[in-house]
Amino acid sequence: MDARDVSLTINGVGVKVPEGTTILQAARTAGYEVPSLCFHPDLKPNGTCGMCVVEIEGVGVRRSCCTPIGEGMRVQTNTPRVMDTRRTLIELILADHAADCPICDKHGKCDLQRIGQDLGIREIRMPAKEGYSRRSDGGIVLRDPNKCILCNRCVSVCTEVQGVANLTRIGRGYHTKIGTAFDLTIEDSVCVNCGQCVVYCPVGALSSRDDTREVRRALADSRKHVVVQEAPAIRAALGEEFGLPPGTVVSGRMHAALRKLGFDRVFDTNFAADVCILEEGTEVVERIVSGSPDLPVITSCSPGWIKFMETFYPGLRRLVSSAKSPQQMFGALAKTYYPREAGLDPAEIVSVSVMPCTAKKFEADRPEMRSSGFKDVDFVLTTRELARMIKESGIRFEDLEEAPADELMGSYTGAATIFGATGGVMEAALRTAYHLVTGGELENVDILPVRGMEGVKEAVVPLPLPDGGTLELKVAVAHGLGNARRILDRIQAQLAATGKSDYHFVEIMACPGGCVGGGGQPFGSTLGTREERGSGLYGEDRSLRSRKSHENPAVQRLYETFLGSPCSEKAHHLLHTGYGQRERVHGRSVD
Amino acid sequence: MTTRQIVRSLEPTQDNLLAILHRVQNDSTRNFLDEPEIREVADYLELPYSFVYGVATFYSMFSVQPRGRHVVRVCASPPCHLMGGRTIRDELREYLGVEFGDTTEDGLFTLEMSSCLGTCGIAPAMMIDGEIYGNLDGVRLREIIDRKRREEP
Repeated sequence: MDARDVSLTINGVGVKVPEGTTILQAARTAGYEVPSLCFHPDLKPNGTCGMCVVEIEGVGVRRSCCTPIGEGMRVQTNTPRVMDTRRTLIELILADHAADCPICDKHGKCDLQRIGQDLGIREIRMPAKEGYSRRSDGGIVLRDPNKCILCNRCVSVCTEVQGVANLTRIGRGYHTKIGTAFDLTIEDSVCVNCGQCVVYCPVGALSSRDDTREVRRALADSRKHVVVQEAPAIRAALGEEFGLPPGTVVSGRMHAALRKLGFDRVFDTNFAADVCILEEGTEVVERIVSGSPDLPVITSCSPGWIKFMETFYPGLRRLVSSAKSPQQMFGALAKTYYPREAGLDPAEIVSVSVMPCTAKKFEADRPEMRSSGFKDVDFVLTTRELARMIKESGIRFEDLEEAPADELMGSYTGAATIFGATGGVMEAALRTAYHLVTGGELENVDILPVRGMEGVKEAVVPLPLPDGGTLELKVAVAHGLGNARRILDRIQAQLAATGKSDYHFVEIMACPGGCVGGGGQPFGSTLGTREERGSGLYGEDRSLRSRKSHENPAVQRLYETFLGSPCSEKAHHLLHTGYGQRERVHGRSVD
Repeated sequence: MTTRQIVRSLEPTQDNLLAILHRVQNDSTRNFLDEPEIREVADYLELPYSFVYGVATFYSMFSVQPRGRHVVRVCASPPCHLMGGRTIRDELREYLGVEFGDTTEDGLFTLEMSSCLGTCGIAPAMMIDGEIYGNLDGVRLREIIDRKRREEP
């Protein structure tokens, strides 16, 4: 049923908007920004901060984020009463906020700082609240309760969007704080390290572990040979840190910047993404063709998803592809294949990755990720950390000449670059699976039904079999762990009922939008921003000569000279892994 | 009854959450909800642990820290205040030898402040466990506490 349009005026400007629209949305349609802290367009409004108050004629002052419009309503967004209310509210919030702006991770990207400036707050009349002791939580997702404004965005994204429900409000009133069940540190909780709370936090109360110092130290050490890989999603978002619009693909400048930072070899995770497709694609085809009971195959590239699965769906772990993520495949090869080819001692190599992801830091630290005999990935930087290193080093990003990655482990196809967007791994795998099953090549490689921001996408892909028959491949793609729950619950129910699921292949990414929406990406994104970043990657895919992983000559060379064939014994040793089970209070391994 | 039986004494619907938490806490000798109990309730109602923990910390009637066998709640609202509630609070602190929020060394009493108990007609008032005591003064207060102490085995 189409929603009826409702007419109202905002500051005297007439607007017509669909019934059910909030006043905040209507005001934006009419061309007026209304300040807000707790409101985020991707999340349900909760009205905790009160910054978005407006005056409705004959009604009074109301919070516009959670007040629906009404026919003939006359709304004023800028009356003296509204301004005074906002000023008092922001003073109250600031009185309770450790405003150490210059040393804050969110400086310049902080909603509170911006609104405080816009409202011209120069004095806070209320006494400061007694601070929380700064407890050093450790771990990857860090919090500073002294900066928290209790807007609830983190709780909302953790619970409603991600379905992890690790964060909650503890206590009430003046003593309320954000914490976990049983008030554990985040490190000691079931947190999956997706970092969505960090990117949705309007202030600097949540941040992620900074590993730039360790990387700087390695770069300065002449005895170390430092190699770097960058995930697909970095190239579509890094530019935002330098004023470029979201989705601007900056692969060339990214490689150039890394060389200027002093990395000895600038490779690319995209190379490993192509390897990943050969390993995972081979596994998928084998399981489907052999009629394995372990179907569907579920993708394994997203470490937030892996920890989530080990904690909340351990019964499904036999379905998850044993293929490591591209980051870890790269790491294992960077200390085996690469030193062999380059005549280096693997002990000298420091392997660094740049990831859109905070959970990748956890993945690299997992004890089993040492199949090279060393820690496969020594340090993981987020997109934000890389941007900071570039700025800190005085490199003018906008002036950089485009440069390719170093060839041996840096060449990539379009299939690899779309890994960064939801549906991309599925699409890349299907392009190669077609080849593996039929021996032929897929003519139209654009598999549109698995693209886009729909929470759960499903498609049936016909695959011609060598015997002349056709396999109707049933696939599903979910991004955001809340969406993942929907598909996993369905699979679990099917398995419980008939012992068999009708899905063959399922892609799951922990973050909404896929890796482009990762917890390590530039701040200030919405689902719209994430979609633009994804479009950037699909654009790069179209521009590349080769768009299928198995056509990557560097990957073909890897198999010819080192691994043998996909899923060979050596490949298994270096590029595959297993999963455990975790209990649901601390997320500790229980195997 | 085991915790499990108490938890399962009501239907597993979210609107029974508070009632179940009350029953579980009432069964606790230390007047609080511990981690295994919260997990049991959450699992039964299929709610996240964080949610049930958040609820248990929000309502002042619940505690997630061990408390005394008896919880003494002194009314801190204006009518009691006007009728000498301040003195009552000071006397209780002194007689029990603890600050608000703390538990006596013998584990018998936890002293808490409460919002209006709804018994303004007999202000100043306090509540021990489920029972209301009004028209308090220093003497009566000591008698009540002493009586509670004597009731202990």
